[in-house]
Amino acid sequence: MINENYDKQSAREIIEGFDNRPEMLVQILHAFLERFAWISDEAIRQLASELNLSRADVHGVVSYYHDFRTSPPGKHVVKICEAESCQAMGSRELSEHAQKSLGLAMRESNDDVTLEPVYCLGNCACSPAMMVDGKTFGRVSANRFDEIVASMDETR
Amino acid sequence: MATRIYVPRETAAISVGANEVAIAIARHAKESGEKIELIRNGSWGATWLEPMVEVVVDDKRIAYGNIEPADIPGLFGSGLLKGGDHDKRIGPTNEIPYLINQDRWTFWRCGLINPLSIDDYTAHQGFDAVTKAFNSGPQPIIDMVKTSGLRGRGGAGFPAGIKWQTVADTDADQKYIACNADEGDSGTFSDRILMESDPLALIEGMMIAGFAVGASRGYIYLRSEYPLTYSILTRAIAAAREAGWLGNDIQGSGFNFDVDVHLGAGSYVCGEETAMLESLEGKAGIIRYKPPLPAIEGLFGKPTIVNNVVTLASVPNIVNLGGEKYAAYGVNRSTGTLAFQLAGNIKRGGLVEKAFGLTLRELIDDWGGGTASGRPIKAVQVGGPLGAYIPADQLDTPLDYEAFLDIGAMIGHGGIVVFDDTADMAQQARFAMEFCAIESCGKCTPCRIGAVRGVEVIDRMIADENRDDNYELLVELCDTMEDASLCAMGGLTPFPVRSVLKYFAEDFASSQGPQE
Repeated sequence: MINENYDKQSAREIIEGFDNRPEMLVQILHAFLERFAWISDEAIRQLASELNLSRADVHGVVSYYHDFRTSPPGKHVVKICEAESCQAMGSRELSEHAQKSLGLAMRESNDDVTLEPVYCLGNCACSPAMMVDGKTFGRVSANRFDEIVASMDETR
Repeated sequence: MATRIYVPRETAAISVGANEVAIAIARHAKESGEKIELIRNGSWGATWLEPMVEVVVDDKRIAYGNIEPADIPGLFGSGLLKGGDHDKRIGPTNEIPYLINQDRWTFWRCGLINPLSIDDYTAHQGFDAVTKAFNSGPQPIIDMVKTSGLRGRGGAGFPAGIKWQTVADTDADQKYIACNADEGDSGTFSDRILMESDPLALIEGMMIAGFAVGASRGYIYLRSEYPLTYSILTRAIAAAREAGWLGNDIQGSGFNFDVDVHLGAGSYVCGEETAMLESLEGKAGIIRYKPPLPAIEGLFGKPTIVNNVVTLASVPNIVNLGGEKYAAYGVNRSTGTLAFQLAGNIKRGGLVEKAFGLTLRELIDDWGGGTASGRPIKAVQVGGPLGAYIPADQLDTPLDYEAFLDIGAMIGHGGIVVFDDTADMAQQARFAMEFCAIESCGKCTPCRIGAVRGVEVIDRMIADENRDDNYELLVELCDTMEDASLCAMGGLTPFPVRSVLKYFAEDFASSQGPQE
């Protein structure tokens, strides 16, 4: 798949910002996500060549980490915490509500939204928790979920 | 004079509206012509009261809890700026029982100060310890840490002083301090609260460690689920550099030290120290064989101290007050304090720093106030996803590393997740295996394959296919994972599973099965 946001020049500048150091690969990939939203094959090829790594090396790192998505996300990324503390406060029901109301299964995307599980946001004294576009929410009831989702376009 | 108002800039407080509250306060003050100075502090850790707003009246901080933006006009109307009465007025912060009954050794500045102000930090003993270290030389510092009995607060509980001595005694042209801030255990958030509320304490702890063992570079490996923490940490580091507390020849001491923050990328195993080192080197977080120990061959093959956030942040006060003082807290080999974290189905969730030795029940009842649902407790998971589920009749176990091992449990990083009697423990056992299957790094077979098989076996038990035979099979699988896995991921996943088999076996019959 082609990432239309991707441009080689910006990618090169990001890599140069890390002095082309292969040990910065995980950090560079974060910068790529920030700039290009997802990691395409083209990005992997360029990273390999500019960091003097094999494509397999880069692919191995990209595919290892949950954060490094290799397909386009929706405009908003909604993550529901599904770890134990949130489970104790009804996250299984919240996940189900989220899937139904967004019309998406977990780890699925449409143009508007990507829905993902996350294993702990560190907001365990306010369980259940969720994250929308990098912002953490706590004490999330089904109603509050609906409100948060309804306000996504304003908060972005 | 402007009245000082504190509103936390901390993930949990913001997750329930602290930013909106701060904005509403600023707006209301402006409109009504009141002069205020709004300070964004960290959190005191009484998370159940968040967003908690404090007003300084006659040098005393008066707290108001669970504030919503809609409360602000009413609060101003009731004389907020003079500490006026209101339904949500709690009283002076330094009289809140939840806070004052703690033993705040490491978290004492959290909530108190502006986390990003070097002046506020130094006004509260900040950098006193590292200055003392510069004057005393390295070995006395290591000796103090040894005397304190401080053990690794990430979960493993290894004596910090011994690790430091090993790194100090290993010759190398370069050594590193790698701070593990990959706080992945569900039910834990003490690292996050520390880093958001008193980041300079961590930086000072790392400097002291660096000075003690001869390391000039520090890394903080921070999980990517903590974006606000990242922003606060990087700003604190920049402020410390600006003020000459990081960089070359720090405060004329001749000591060079600097710190960088590296982000994780959503991998739980990267909280394991060798996987973390791999990730810091830009690679996949696949664990390494031990030996060699990271203290001898760690980051980039160099001697490295890998310590958790709370371990390192406990050091400045150990240097300030002495190792004996710290060792006077706690019981047996569990000396000092631990920042326990009350989570899950709990009425008053938050952070409680207490000396080891109190019981789980005291924490849950006296601080936590029981379950949030008001229903009876069924189980308590201590120590994250790899910790056992402790049944309600064992809550009188004292919080002590060894006492927990004796009942087949572990304290770990101090996370305490409470479940009420509606919990389906067969599902929790299944989740333990499922989580291991999702997060396994894949290096060793017992973990990579065992976890997948574990989910299948548990599903068969829930579906009542040869339940007794599968029970035996699951026990054997647990043995294999425990004995043959390379790290704690596969090695400890059996803990929660076995605890369910032992105490909640009847739940396999009543379970409704996986919902997905």
